[in-house]
Amino acid sequence: MIRPVSNQAEQADGLQLKGITKKFGSFVANDAVDLDIRPGEIHCLLGENGAGKSTLMNVLYGLYQPDGGEIVIDGRPQSFADPKAAMAAGIGMVHQHFMLVEVFTVAENLILGREPGLVVDMKAAKATVQELSARYNLPVDADALVEELPVGVQQRVEILKALANDAKFLIFDEPTAVLTPQEIDDLMVVMQRLRDEGKGIVFITHKLREVRAIADRITVLRRGKIVGSAKPGTSETELAQLMVGRAVDLSVNKQHADPGAVRLAVNGLTVANSAGAVVVDDITFDVAGGEILCIAGVQGNGQSELADALLGNLPVLSGRISLDGRDLTGATPKATIAAGLGFVPEDRQHDGFIGSFSIAENLVLNRFDAPPFASGLSLNLKAINDNANRLRDEFDIRTPDVQNVGSSLSGGNAQKVVLARELSRELALLVASQPTRGVDVGAIEFLHKRIVEERDKGTAVVLVSTELEEVEALADRVLVMYRGHIVGIVGPDTPRDVLGMMMAGVSHEEAVAVAEADASTAEGVE
Amino acid sequence: MREWARTRWRDWTITLAAFVLALLVGAILMIVADPVVAGNFAYLFTAPGLALGGAWVKVSTAYSALLVGAVGSPTALAATSAAAAPLICAGLAVGLAFRAGLFNIGAQGQAILGSMAAAWVGFALPMPPVIHLIVAVLGGLMAGAVWGGIVGWLKAKTGAHEVIVTIMMNYIAGGLLAWALTTSVFQRPGRSDPISPEVAGSAAFPQLYEQLHLGFFVAILAAVAVAWLLDRSVIGFSIRAVGANPHAAGTAGMNVGRTTIITMAIAGALAGLAGVQAALGPSVNGVPTPLSEGLVGTVGFDAITVALLGRSKPLGIVLAGLLFGGLSAGGLAMQSVAQTPLTLTLVLQALVVLFVAAPQLVATMVPFLKARKGRVSLTGADA
Repeated sequence: MIRPVSNQAEQADGLQLKGITKKFGSFVANDAVDLDIRPGEIHCLLGENGAGKSTLMNVLYGLYQPDGGEIVIDGRPQSFADPKAAMAAGIGMVHQHFMLVEVFTVAENLILGREPGLVVDMKAAKATVQELSARYNLPVDADALVEELPVGVQQRVEILKALANDAKFLIFDEPTAVLTPQEIDDLMVVMQRLRDEGKGIVFITHKLREVRAIADRITVLRRGKIVGSAKPGTSETELAQLMVGRAVDLSVNKQHADPGAVRLAVNGLTVANSAGAVVVDDITFDVAGGEILCIAGVQGNGQSELADALLGNLPVLSGRISLDGRDLTGATPKATIAAGLGFVPEDRQHDGFIGSFSIAENLVLNRFDAPPFASGLSLNLKAINDNANRLRDEFDIRTPDVQNVGSSLSGGNAQKVVLARELSRELALLVASQPTRGVDVGAIEFLHKRIVEERDKGTAVVLVSTELEEVEALADRVLVMYRGHIVGIVGPDTPRDVLGMMMAGVSHEEAVAVAEADASTAEGVE
Repeated sequence: MREWARTRWRDWTITLAAFVLALLVGAILMIVADPVVAGNFAYLFTAPGLALGGAWVKVSTAYSALLVGAVGSPTALAATSAAAAPLICAGLAVGLAFRAGLFNIGAQGQAILGSMAAAWVGFALPMPPVIHLIVAVLGGLMAGAVWGGIVGWLKAKTGAHEVIVTIMMNYIAGGLLAWALTTSVFQRPGRSDPISPEVAGSAAFPQLYEQLHLGFFVAILAAVAVAWLLDRSVIGFSIRAVGANPHAAGTAGMNVGRTTIITMAIAGALAGLAGVQAALGPSVNGVPTPLSEGLVGTVGFDAITVALLGRSKPLGIVLAGLLFGGLSAGGLAMQSVAQTPLTLTLVLQALVVLFVAAPQLVATMVPFLKARKGRVSLTGADA
């Protein structure tokens, strides 16, 4: 699978990372990593969370100084004391979490850090924006406020920022996490166009489908070391195996659902966010025991608020929520949890997990005040510890000691802790938001299996996910949300492009019609 | 385990280094402030022995007086313990709140209320011996709890920041005491100055050895209780969770508002206990000092530095309280024996805290500490 070393002339051109080593204390984040980025190529860097991809790119971008190895551009060794130096050398980065000032306009963001002259010349800045926008075919309005732009357009601004600095090499760090399927396709086109212009592109991702779609070269990083390269045609299963180091079953072994009676009934639910804006607008649906309802949609269309309202963390403006016949509208989280709600929050660092608490304490975070974990006013530390050891074995949580702090766990293991905590109780309803976000492929397999097992026990499961692969794998029914409304509730075998359109607000019938029209046009051309 | 030991070792070393640096700066101040000793430095190169010798005599006399006055004799130890008792209680009040993510700047006001209640029970309600003391202490605890609980309630219901509310409550408490001492309820009959009647002997903490009194052991008991509360109780779990990550705590079903109120009430009670120490603890002449405006001194503010130095952990707070109690007791000796002003001990205290609060500063000054990575956690909320 290793690509042969090319001839000398090709090697001299381009960007090479040679033997880059980066340590944090005794932890080796990058171990003698060699990476060859050629102009006019899309080089995918694949790896699990914690493999060292971001660290490597931060070294390249001047945010870290390597402990060993060198960076060579066009045959000349370089060292970057800070991002400014890296940018001057022609390296641009499109970050996963955009580095834009939301209250500034596009033009103001473009000149940030490189303001021309003593008095800011906005006319010149706007002209630059328009020129770049036309040159690279990335349409943006120079006067628009960033916070008012859709995410896909914000990303375009990020890309233009990198290009404005005359980048010859562009690093895209997990760019598709926040995009709809259509926007992802658009981004792929942009990346291919930039490649055709001669830019060298590094595409960091863990999404195997995207890698196969546009990679010219694939390098796999595992635990800080390069474990191999792959040719563009490599199957997803083989790529996953390289990433994780063992065979990974990417498909979910899911038998047909055997739904029972309705357990969760939501009627006319309307919820406002903390700013007072209505974000869930008159929603009605129900979920039976023994089925998984996936709530699909692009981030920010009300799904998170719906989950919070089900938990009781957000006040309900109107409507009704009932679980197993009991009215839980406006109940506190303590009450809903007691009624059998299991909750896996979207942002585990923020809402699910206390990093400074021990793993054992995190495993009883919502049960510590009742027997067997408490007797009267005191905690039963032994029971808490025993429970933790038991769950550690059952859920394969990788940690040497359950008394270690939670922040010592990797993303996947932290998520296992959250899920283990919920699944170790009797549940009537499991609400899981983005349960595999930031989780590596190996742990995803396990988490999906456990969620399906929970469903098979007769629990109703509501899964909020922006990953269409996850929705396709797990859903028994799919509820698509857009701007707080239900666009439609469809079956799991709904084609990807139809779902994508529904996620952008197009009704099911229309989406199907458009998809069929596209298909027949394609056939007609052939 | 080794990581834990390494962090602890570093914490201790930094604290020690901070102390040494503070002593050094204090020594320099002493030298500069004394005209004779400072004058000698004009001849530093011609007669170095005179300058350096004079300086050494000055500094060593002062610091040895400080040391002897703090721990040099049983009398000194007793004086240290008496000075430490209110500092430990108030330090616990601040430290406990820190663990819940709250900045309790109101220990001063809570201590004042505690002292008012305890003193009033002591001089106004005659009762049989043991019961009188118990009721007086309970009264002080409750008064402090109410004063702190109000802050917690305001924060829970309205989101009002506790820093602002506690500071204002300090002013209110001070004013309340000043006013109360002019009323017939609190003012000693026959006196026109703001001073209360003497607390009855039945309500005072019994003296055990010179200045060492029962109140000191009550303070230690309070520290043990707080340690149990934080590490082994159900409430303590909530307090720590809310302090570390209120969002996760809320999502897990904990009631953040209620925990805030409970924490501030307990903290208020602990600071009230500091006030109780001041009101019921026997002074040098064997009798509790009557209630007056300056009775609790600055214990509420000193408590903040005690809590910081103790990293908001009960054991650390006890040790820090003893340290500052020692500085206070020894400072008196230093003043009388070495003619060094008592205010220098305040400067020393402040310097110790400055250097502890700026561990990076210490680490920069002491190179071998610099190599270690990591932060020293002061509030303990993320310990």
